[in-house]
Amino acid sequence: MTALLVALVIASVGSYLLKLAGVSSPESVLANPTVQRIAGFLPVAMLTALVVVGLADGDGDGRWSFDGPVLAGFGAAVIALLLRAGVLVVFVVAVAVTALLRLLI
Amino acid sequence: MTTEEQISLARAYPAVLRAAIGLGVYAGVFGATFGAVSVGSGLTVGQTMTLSLVMFSGASQFAFVGVAAAGSPWAAIPAALLLGVRNAFYGVPISEILAPHGWRRLVTAHFVIDETTAMAVGQAEPRAKQYAFWSTGLILFTLWQTGSLVGALLGTAIDPARFGLDAAAPAVFLALLWAQLRTRSAKVVAVLGGLVAFLLIPVAPAGVPVIAAAGVAVAAGLAVRPRPGGAS
Repeated sequence: MTALLVALVIASVGSYLLKLAGVSSPESVLANPTVQRIAGFLPVAMLTALVVVGLADGDGDGRWSFDGPVLAGFGAAVIALLLRAGVLVVFVVAVAVTALLRLLI
Repeated sequence: MTTEEQISLARAYPAVLRAAIGLGVYAGVFGATFGAVSVGSGLTVGQTMTLSLVMFSGASQFAFVGVAAAGSPWAAIPAALLLGVRNAFYGVPISEILAPHGWRRLVTAHFVIDETTAMAVGQAEPRAKQYAFWSTGLILFTLWQTGSLVGALLGTAIDPARFGLDAAAPAVFLALLWAQLRTRSAKVVAVLGGLVAFLLIPVAPAGVPVIAAAGVAVAAGLAVRPRPGGAS
């Protein structure tokens, strides 16, 4: 519990310091094309990884495990995105489909 | 300021405010989801609110809670921070727009996130940019905190899985990711990052699959040589 609290404070303060570094750094450092490419790719790779881990190891026990209703809700979210829905609609669709399937099964 | 500019600004402000309120409503609901998922993952209401108030960056907060809940608080630190790196880069356009100095810089920094940057950069006139940054930042911050608190309090009373809230994080992450998949190289990075994470799930400690995906981003950033004049 204590480890969680220490980690939480470090990560929270660190996140703020990253923002502060951004508005404090000389532009030359952050304007480097390679650095900018890496920065652009970071959320792409990590958000995909978060999606994959959320779907393939939802219970976080370090084993591949898939949950039918969550996968169905996620599939519905993909369809919503293909239909150009905004984040809020995507969220509602995924949660509603998952909850509905759990209710029915 | 010319009359033309004044007319343009007068037209820009209500539209900016409407967009900021729209983002705020979404942030309120998303914040409530975060609050519910966070306490559902075993964090207290106080810890959940510390994340929302101090970290104040949705993807990082979800990542922290997700990795920490899997039993690895230390791995949750790099997961949250690596996702927060993009906020540092938003500082470049924001510094140009607001030119913050002294204590104002300390306050401005806290509000440099996806939504405020997109809104500020999206305006034409300098004053509209500043207005967009602060209106979006203050509305979003207020509703994000309110949503987080409501979600955390409700989350202690309900089972998040019963209401399908465990599907919320992957769906929202995908939605955040969607707009960034325009280039071919971004799609390749997404597929490789996802594949690395998937393969590491059974062999690596919790949290490591997500952090390892950051390695794919670094490798791709070093490897890709943008063709002159063309999107890479």
